Amino acid sequence: MLLTSTTTDPAAFEDATGWALKPEGACRAELCVPLPDEVRVDGGVDAIVLADRLGMPVLRDDTHGVTALGPSTVVGRALESAVAPELELPDADGNPFRLSSLHGRKVLLVAWASW
Amino acid sequence: MWQALRTELAPKGVEVVTVALDTGGADAAGPFIAAAAPDHPSLIDEAHVSAERFGFVNVPNAVWIDEDGMIVRPSHPAHVKVSKLREIEVTPDMGYLGEMLTELQKFQVDAATYLEAMRDWVEHGADSRWALSPEQVVEASRPRPREHAEAAAAFELGQHLHRAGHRDDAVAWFKRAHELHPENWTYKRQAWTFVTTPEGQPSDLIQADNDVYGTSWLDEVRRLGPETYYEPFG
Repeated sequence: MLLTSTTTDPAAFEDATGWALKPEGACRAELCVPLPDEVRVDGGVDAIVLADRLGMPVLRDDTHGVTALGPSTVVGRALESAVAPELELPDADGNPFRLSSLHGRKVLLVAWASW
Repeated sequence: MWQALRTELAPKGVEVVTVALDTGGADAAGPFIAAAAPDHPSLIDEAHVSAERFGFVNVPNAVWIDEDGMIVRPSHPAHVKVSKLREIEVTPDMGYLGEMLTELQKFQVDAATYLEAMRDWVEHGADSRWALSPEQVVEASRPRPREHAEAAAAFELGQHLHRAGHRDDAVAWFKRAHELHPENWTYKRQAWTFVTTPEGQPSDLIQADNDVYGTSWLDEVRRLGPETYYEPFG
């Protein structure tokens, strides 16, 4: 997740990371990580506090004023849960497509590349 | 290739979704998609978001998702066809290309087993021996130590800077991602393409040595071991 400010919107954080902010903490599927009170700040949530609790590395490019949060390491695996993460991407014509729209069908999701 | 599988499996309630991990977006991936003329969703992932969320580290990689939206096989190499490159007889006069083919032919690829497994899952669902429980899926997904998560952040910064036109500044972040997660071939092959490919040419399957990264596909395959390029499916 890229940031230009340490304060972020909870909905944007969830869209980018899959972690939703709930009363019980930051949750991804059945897993919830408790959060300290100081995570909530004026205008949103403190992304650096969130990153720390979720084991997300924080890298900053000072020249361009942009910070990246890496994925969570709280489980230590690429998947924290077997619940498929949401994925919304455009097709070749630019039309958005949501993976969850295929609920009710089996899906083979395949990554490839031109390179 | 994926369209043929989609044609076979769609009547059995399966959808194929392809995702192009291409920072070059539709300009890079679009011509390949147009040539394949797929019936299935063919998505373009300029920021490699799907790779981070699902744990893709090379191509082709895939996940299987059931009707309830549960992953039943985490990210794995997905081969449904034997590459013709594996059947070429390598001769001394082939030079560098021959050296590449020699290493490529050592990759662990078993398309027949993979197809059999997929068809079994399509037929038997959760009762298939190839379908994993939710606990097994998490355990079988790739390890994510701190350095791999940091590599993902570095790669994201590199891509952001590259796409914003700060190509030289992006290189340091790409190099950091490569150092932190050397087994991640998408980080390397994507970044190399930016320096080994002439302007306007999105694809470079040779990916030879270059001054910027000081290494090549062949060097890296030899360094890490060709048997590690694709994990066996099982």
